[in-house]
Amino acid sequence: MPQWTLIGLLKGKQTAPWPLAEGSDGQSGLLGMPRYHPEHCTADCKVCADVCPTAAITLRSQKGSVDSRLDVDYGRCIVCQLCTETCPTEAMTTSSDWAFGARWRDDLKWGVESTASPQSEPSARAGFRRSLHIRHVDAGSCNGCESELQALNNPFYNLHRLGIFFTASPRFADLLLVTGPVTYAMHGPLRAAYEAMAEPRWVMAMGTCAVSGGIAEGGYACGHGLEGVLPVDVYLPGCPPNPAAVMHALLMFLGRVQQRVKGGQLVE
Amino acid sequence: MTVTQSASETGFRQRADKLHPAALKDAARELVGRGGRMQMVYAWYPEPSRIELRYVGTVPGQVPFAVWRCEPDGPVPSLAAVAPLLSWYEREVTDLFGLEFSEHPQPQRLVLHDSAIVPRPPFDPDYPTGVEIRAQNQQSIPEIAGVNGDVQLLPFGPIRADVLESAEFLFFYIGEAILHYQPRLFYKHRGMEKRFEGLTPERAVVLAERVSGVGSVAHALAYCQAIEAAADCVVPPRARFLRVLLAEMERLYNHLYYLGHLCHTTTLKVGEAQGKLLAERAKQLNARLTGSRFLRSILTLGGLRRDLSPKGWLGGELESLRESYAVYARHLETTDSHLDRLITTGKLDPKVAFDQGATGPVDRASGLDRDLRRDHPYAAYGELPVNVAVRTEGDAHARAQVRMDEIDASIALMQRALLLLPDGPIKSECKIVPGSDGLGWSESPRGTLFYAVHFDQTGRLARVKIKSPSFSNWRAFPFTVHETNMMDYAINEASFGLTIAGCDR
Repeated sequence: MPQWTLIGLLKGKQTAPWPLAEGSDGQSGLLGMPRYHPEHCTADCKVCADVCPTAAITLRSQKGSVDSRLDVDYGRCIVCQLCTETCPTEAMTTSSDWAFGARWRDDLKWGVESTASPQSEPSARAGFRRSLHIRHVDAGSCNGCESELQALNNPFYNLHRLGIFFTASPRFADLLLVTGPVTYAMHGPLRAAYEAMAEPRWVMAMGTCAVSGGIAEGGYACGHGLEGVLPVDVYLPGCPPNPAAVMHALLMFLGRVQQRVKGGQLVE
Repeated sequence: MTVTQSASETGFRQRADKLHPAALKDAARELVGRGGRMQMVYAWYPEPSRIELRYVGTVPGQVPFAVWRCEPDGPVPSLAAVAPLLSWYEREVTDLFGLEFSEHPQPQRLVLHDSAIVPRPPFDPDYPTGVEIRAQNQQSIPEIAGVNGDVQLLPFGPIRADVLESAEFLFFYIGEAILHYQPRLFYKHRGMEKRFEGLTPERAVVLAERVSGVGSVAHALAYCQAIEAAADCVVPPRARFLRVLLAEMERLYNHLYYLGHLCHTTTLKVGEAQGKLLAERAKQLNARLTGSRFLRSILTLGGLRRDLSPKGWLGGELESLRESYAVYARHLETTDSHLDRLITTGKLDPKVAFDQGATGPVDRASGLDRDLRRDHPYAAYGELPVNVAVRTEGDAHARAQVRMDEIDASIALMQRALLLLPDGPIKSECKIVPGSDGLGWSESPRGTLFYAVHFDQTGRLARVKIKSPSFSNWRAFPFTVHETNMMDYAINEASFGLTIAGCDR
């Protein structure tokens, strides 16, 4: 056993300084949400909408305030990159945009200005800014989201240092973090976990499955995400969202960093 | 080095022998008697009014798998008594297709919960479109049983401590001693196989990638190979070598995480941190290579979606990772407090492993010397040295050791593949023959994975069956838990390295 203490000490600090200080977030090379450039669209072209497996891209149903041919909903995007590969005019391009944590569902839709008020304001969470306890519930994920959540406690991300902890009991939890599309069999246990939480309580939808149902949506057993199941305070699409994206979304939820996605685009 | 390879080596069009239901038992007895092993049975509808069963088995010393097809004219005799592992597959067929098996030893629901309200079996052609299964409210509360009321029932889950997948475990116990253990899985059943139906084969690759997140490559690869087999499509050499590279990258981050998680259960905290840090390094390499930490969005029918450039950097990174890992592994293997918790824990008898269908590192740790990469080569494995790690002890330590050896073998294999990586195209055309079928497989980090595909007359997917390694290993796992103790349970479960998404689908 003492050898491990020594090994640990000799290894030194392995934690990335990000997001508290400048430094690598560990996501180099990662492909994020495709970026939409409506000015490159040509008339009558809909190859991206045809190839999109989750109907994140659809032909615009009605003319909105912003001029574009397509409705792009990043809350449905599974980051499969098929649109970026098929688009003949570079209207859909690859990007490294992954900080898509949002408090309004509409913020994930391209060019849409959110008008609805969010479920809850960060000011309501002032007392939780430096101490948040999370109960995670897997409501039928592919295990990709769990794999990234588990990574949050590895030395590189070291989530504890931010005062954010996973807890076993919903009684001790402030935030219910849900992954998966909410299968018929997990619907009851998920509701029970939420009911067991003391108020104030909040809900985060992690991954495109929890936000909107994802790839399996529409089947006989798999559900449609948290819509209509629980009130959601933070949306984080991605398939799966990487650990840095989860950290960003949690800090944003606590009001410690700014939300970066507005109208389906990252703003500084 | 051979650079040509026929489709028949990477998968094959199912050449199914037709068997009458009454002949099934004898055929299975004969196969098992020769040292063969049944792999799975699944059902599909060639036409809306006609259901067919397909049995897949391994024939000793033979590369192609045995495939039987059988048209039921009533209840089909259960083969569970001949090949116990088939019991779960038969129950799944009953749940999802409504087809009964006679003399089944355990004719209860498996994939669908008792609480599920189902209008018709979900794969029935008359299943009403758009109707979703609902669950009746069911309350399970701890009970007390036994003659003296001293046997307690602990239902644990489906939401468990920590960040874990959902599943419920029933422990019948007295004090520390577990008398009987029963997992209740399939809380996560999403009906993924049915989601394939009606899709064009190309479009379904992203679906296969999302059946089991930490097995994205294995699933997409087995799926693509099944389609390629059906279409007689020959994948170009560069793509085959890169597929090996991707599959081994997946094994690497999975096994490294496994070791860290195992340390978590033996409370070796620094060992846990170091193992998970190595897994994180591997995932970051995945992102650098493919843009995805799970190596997604790269495989497609006939090869790869785009070329990768591993030359000049990946070899060095892997060597650096290997050096760190070698030091880590040496320390793990000399830490008594860690080893004491693993050695003799969760022993899986070789006969039980074989009969119940254990696969991957789990059956290799119980002395079964098998690996699809060597025995039924696909991608470029036929041209690369595949060292298969085997242990005979069958305990948690052996399961960890097999994975440790596989990390070394996997890195060596990747270095070799990088060295031999040919130039050239990365995709060939995959022309679908309507009405055809195919079988594809891959040795995922957790063991044998099969995809069986059937096309309809328009060239769309009519049926996709997924046989996942965790479905097999969850069947075998309880045999190592009965009559053990609570303190060992978490360690034993971690040593199996099970996923639930893959099992539940």
